[in-house]
Amino acid sequence: MTDDLKKLLGNIIDAEKSIDNSQRGALALNIPADLFAPAAKALKGAGWRLAAEWAVDESPFGRGYGVMAAYNKESDYLIIKIALPKGEAAFPTLTRKYTAAYRFERQINSLMGLVPAGHPDLRPWIKHEDWPQDAYPLRKTFDPEKDLGRVEGSYKWIRAEGEGIFEVPVGPVHAGVIEPGHFRFQSVGEDIINLETRFGYVHKGIEKRFESLGWFEAPRLAGRVSGDTTVAHAVAFCRALEAASMCVAPKRAQWIRAILLERERIANHLGDIGAICNDTAFTFMLYQMAILREKVLKNNFKIFGHRLTMDRVVPGGVNVDITKEAVKTMEDELQGLANEFERLIRIYEDNSSLEDRVYGTGVLTPETAKEIGAVGFVGRSSGQRCDARVQSPWPPYDEIPPNPPFLTSGDVHARTWVRIEEVRDSIRLIRGMLDTLPEGFIRVDCPAPLPGTSGFSVVEGWRGEIIHWVQAGPDGGINRVMVRDPSSVNWLSIEQAIKGNIVPDFPLCNKSFNQSYSGHDL
Amino acid sequence: MLRILHQIFRTGIVTEKLPPAEEAKVTLKGAALEEEVMRRFRRSITIRFVDAGSCNACELELQAVTNPVYDCERFGMHFTASPRFADMLLVTGPVSRNMEIALKRTHNAMPTPKLVVAMGDCAHDGGMFGRSYASLGGVGNIIPVDAYIHGCPPTPSDIINGILMAIGRIEVKK
Ligand code: SF4
Repeated sequence: MTDDLKKLLGNIIDAEKSIDNSQRGALALNIPADLFAPAAKALKGAGWRLAAEWAVDESPFGRGYGVMAAYNKESDYLIIKIALPKGEAAFPTLTRKYTAAYRFERQINSLMGLVPAGHPDLRPWIKHEDWPQDAYPLRKTFDPEKDLGRVEGSYKWIRAEGEGIFEVPVGPVHAGVIEPGHFRFQSVGEDIINLETRFGYVHKGIEKRFESLGWFEAPRLAGRVSGDTTVAHAVAFCRALEAASMCVAPKRAQWIRAILLERERIANHLGDIGAICNDTAFTFMLYQMAILREKVLKNNFKIFGHRLTMDRVVPGGVNVDITKEAVKTMEDELQGLANEFERLIRIYEDNSSLEDRVYGTGVLTPETAKEIGAVGFVGRSSGQRCDARVQSPWPPYDEIPPNPPFLTSGDVHARTWVRIEEVRDSIRLIRGMLDTLPEGFIRVDCPAPLPGTSGFSVVEGWRGEIIHWVQAGPDGGINRVMVRDPSSVNWLSIEQAIKGNIVPDFPLCNKSFNQSYSGHDL
Repeated sequence: MLRILHQIFRTGIVTEKLPPAEEAKVTLKGAALEEEVMRRFRRSITIRFVDAGSCNACELELQAVTNPVYDCERFGMHFTASPRFADMLLVTGPVSRNMEIALKRTHNAMPTPKLVVAMGDCAHDGGMFGRSYASLGGVGNIIPVDAYIHGCPPTPSDIINGILMAIGRIEVKK
């Protein structure tokens, strides 16, 4: 523990004595419930960001519920846990200090049935109005196989009223080939004065499902939290498990994981840069980028046996090696990709009709981004210097450091440009990793964690910081898996960024954020 | 502008020949539609897509079928925003509890005959998500399905082949 942190928390608790050694992967402190909010206050004052908040039912250990908050500042992550006595279901809200807590706590309330005392808005989240009120899927007493039936209910939308205001509801089924979610605009003429989002449509009970799986089949589920981020979520899960069981993947495996991560970043960025241009009616770029993306996916299939490289990351390493020919294939591919990409970017820069649409549209200000705790390219486009690969690097990023761009304008252009620069940077990173690919094994046997231990991990996926937390139950099996996709925080930003824009620009703005519905809804 | 034209000429035609369909990748269900109806569908087919709870990787591959490499339009396939114009409903994902009603409504809004194709292992039997309080399992549990395209996710060629098989335009190679 750093001296700064000791000093910071010194007035509140004896930090040294509160350390919980059963938690691995990050410093964890157990503190009394009434100090949950004061600790948040102190941390906020010192510039810590609330990265995740979740609850765990510890009845298999003969205990009550636990509520945990994970904070981050620069390279450090800190978990603060409070244990509620048996039968107690209320905990102090952190919403007064952290905006990000707003949805985390609605989720805890809906799915675990704990009450964040003092929370301003406890409308159910994820759980739609036709769910029985008392169905709390994450509780141990909940039978996941039972059909819940539907009940009468309603959802109270936030409404702006007045002359000339009308409401435009969109979704859950959208016009294009995208995921379902509901957006409700209040607008005057074309100007949006308020947007309220509502999700949960693709909630498939992922966190609960983990609890019925074994440690070694669970990475497959992690790889399907959000399919476009399959590698990063599988890496995050495996790293959390490896942290809990104190296993270290061999160097070669870590390099291969990072190569897969960067390939995933390139493929997604290519697709989205094209799609953003398409939403400004510049179809040329959509097709050109799609061709480049397709080349990457084809090589994925050739080298790794799956177009999206699903299920290649396993506990203790990876299950596919990179041969000499594969290195050559990738080097040639990157050369071709880099050349073509630069040609296209010159066209992007030259195009004035594109400029008209992307500059100044959908602005997320640095202040709002900070307040929300925006992560990933969304944060980096709005002045947040956040990138887990740089802040708390794991191998090989410590040896081959990424150089992500930071912009402050926070508009559609910034989000596109950050991603353009990231494609360039990822090409450089993969080249560096191929040059330094260590010899050796690609996998070690990863033991299951000891009963009662838990593991925490952070991975920078292409969308941003992903957090997984796993906990072994008294029998050594999975007691709880917490997944925090970057979308869970970043979705808050679109409601803020869209105000004052016009309804027809919504698809463009939304595309420039491109957050995951599945990763959010779980 | 010149750069764009130059790039278009440099790119040329990148569309690839569709590989032959494989039997194992598609399951046809139920009675085939009447011959006359099928004959009409064989020329062109308009598809309404619904994500009923997928992990979104199926959508990525479905978006890829419209790219220049797979170019599904050459087979007369195109996607529509309105179920009223649709000949086929293409569904991905296990059906989540929260999407069940929206899926049924979309299905109801379509004119008959409604061809339904379920795409991906989840749409077949729930896949990794199985059946639970939140996932109702395969699409067949909710609406009648005419064909299943297997894979997690199915590749773009598998998707095109599967749709062509569902409308009886190609025979399966045994
Ligand atoms: S079949 Fe696979 S890719 Fe498709 S939705 Fe299911 S898990 Fe995702």
